[in-house]
Amino acid sequence: MREVLENAVKGRFGEFGGQYIPETLMNEIHKLEAAYEHYKNDPEFCAELDKLNREYAGRPSLLYYAEKMTRNLGGAKIYLKREDLNHTGSHKINNVLGQVLLAKKMGKTRVIAETGAGQHGVATATAAALMDMECEIFMGEEDTIRQSLNVYRMELLGAKVHAVKTGTKVLKDAVNEAMREWTGRVDDTLYVLGSVMGPHPFPTIVRDFQSVISKESRAQILEAEGKLPDVVIACVGGGSNAIGSFYEYIKDEGVQLIGCEAAGLGVDNPKNAATMANGSMGIFHGMKSLFCQDEYGQIAPVYSISAGLDYPGIGPEHAYLASIGRAKYVPITDEEAVSAFEYLSKTEGIIPAIESSHAVAHVMKIAPKMPKDSIIVCTISGRGDKDVAAIARYRGVEIYE
Amino acid sequence: MSRIANAFNNKKAFIAFLTAGDPDYETSLENFKAVIEAGADLIEVGIPFSDPIAEGPVIQEADIRALVSGMTTDRVFGLVHDIRKEYDIPIVFMTYANPVYHYGADKFFKNAADAGADGIIIPDCPYEERGEFEETAAKYGIDFISMIAPTSEDRIKTIASQAKGFIYVVSSLGVTGVRSEITTDLDSIIKLIKESSDTPAAIGFGISTPEQAAVMSKKADGVIVGSAMVRIVAQYGKEAPAKLSEYVKSMTKGL
Repeated sequence: MREVLENAVKGRFGEFGGQYIPETLMNEIHKLEAAYEHYKNDPEFCAELDKLNREYAGRPSLLYYAEKMTRNLGGAKIYLKREDLNHTGSHKINNVLGQVLLAKKMGKTRVIAETGAGQHGVATATAAALMDMECEIFMGEEDTIRQSLNVYRMELLGAKVHAVKTGTKVLKDAVNEAMREWTGRVDDTLYVLGSVMGPHPFPTIVRDFQSVISKESRAQILEAEGKLPDVVIACVGGGSNAIGSFYEYIKDEGVQLIGCEAAGLGVDNPKNAATMANGSMGIFHGMKSLFCQDEYGQIAPVYSISAGLDYPGIGPEHAYLASIGRAKYVPITDEEAVSAFEYLSKTEGIIPAIESSHAVAHVMKIAPKMPKDSIIVCTISGRGDKDVAAIARYRGVEIYE
Repeated sequence: MSRIANAFNNKKAFIAFLTAGDPDYETSLENFKAVIEAGADLIEVGIPFSDPIAEGPVIQEADIRALVSGMTTDRVFGLVHDIRKEYDIPIVFMTYANPVYHYGADKFFKNAADAGADGIIIPDCPYEERGEFEETAAKYGIDFISMIAPTSEDRIKTIASQAKGFIYVVSSLGVTGVRSEITTDLDSIIKLIKESSDTPAAIGFGISTPEQAAVMSKKADGVIVGSAMVRIVAQYGKEAPAKLSEYVKSMTKGL
């Protein structure tokens, strides 16, 4: 143990990452790391996870050639990686099947998780139901109102949902509360973190489970087009679907990687969640990364129409990819995202999650300027059914769920 | 002998935590003075943070009250400076990694030392990450105080053997807050600490009654009380100094 303690610089992506959490959790996080290092190479674990991915989640997800959108925008060929078609309706299932299976192998009987839009909460509750685990979800009170259907969905799946009433009552506060809960009960409980954030080893574990997205899409695009895409685009909150969408392409230097973050009412308006545009270096939620904060390091309240991107930080590997110039990150406003939500619905008959619509909005900006033989792969991280009522309200239409 | 060591010299130390600036600068200063006059041996000055993940609801709310009142890290330094003008008591900051990191560690610890602080506790900076702050703190004579938790087990000896100032022994799992009973086997933990370190050990988290303080002070070199005091501040506002004084006197009696 002494040696482990002395080798402090672990789980770093350049200067980003680390393990900034209370002492109470340190032994548990080391146990998690050791378990993950073991099981990720365990043929039995890998076979079980692969079976769950195929037979339960419905993988591989389609790489769909959006022909009408391509024609309409008049530039690059557009492919959509359809994570919205997964069981539970988003990419979140990829991570939770892995983590809950890992928790089970570790002898845990209970999982807890934070959720913003509710997608990670629903996915965790689903995996917990399937694998007979007790499940408690922490969700900002404001998000329980914005996404009330998902609260009921989680309860239907047997989870207990805690509406978090502290702080700004959104995603970051849900993370705070889930961490507090974990420090109170570690022996039978795993905190199933939903994004590539938090202390090491979470950013690595979540990235590995989500990298199935790019593993598949890379093979699928080579099969369909015989070449790699020019651009891969995904939306970024904490960054799990984006890192999953990018990961297998990082070594392919010719492939441009673009993350789309939530600019809310605009990057110059205080109501935004654009961490790459406005954030600065900080240490929070277990990691050193970029955060929206004031001059004294108080975490800033952030805003986005999308509850899933409404987070004041970004995963450490994204901060690293940005710092070395391997990936670039662009801000997308609420209005641009809502327009993209409507556009994809009308053009392709696919209603994307409002989170994913941020990525679609950037495709709409750049595709027309790209040559016709170039290729964009855009990840549709989730389906938009959950957002229909909120978008209707945004457009001034009152409907009752 | 350093001020912190002096607090534990031939006596059990009563360590009192309050959030700086709760509910406002002036009342907060009076609260600290009352606590010192009533017999606290060491004070922990909480620098408020927007997202204190190791705190229960009582101290979370204190942080919000302090921030809303306009408390900043610079004003906390001012408060400590004001306390130091009148008292030689050891003063230790309690805050989170980000307010220190974002302020700039070097500038932070220089200003902390200039204000008259002796140590710092950062609950989200465990042993593995101490390199972030420990050396810089030491450069300005500030002790980087280590925490040991009920789950530390095989880490106890390593942490204790390199501890500075005092060792903060976390009594229970979970976050700060008043508890009706503390069930951790603290005797075994303290025994392991004492086998590898001469640094005094104080127990905190959950202690609120004179009876608990008496029991805990027999196990260790001192007791740390936070939420129970912050609750008095929340309840009595401007009238808190007199109430805090009474409380501290009742708590120190049995040590």
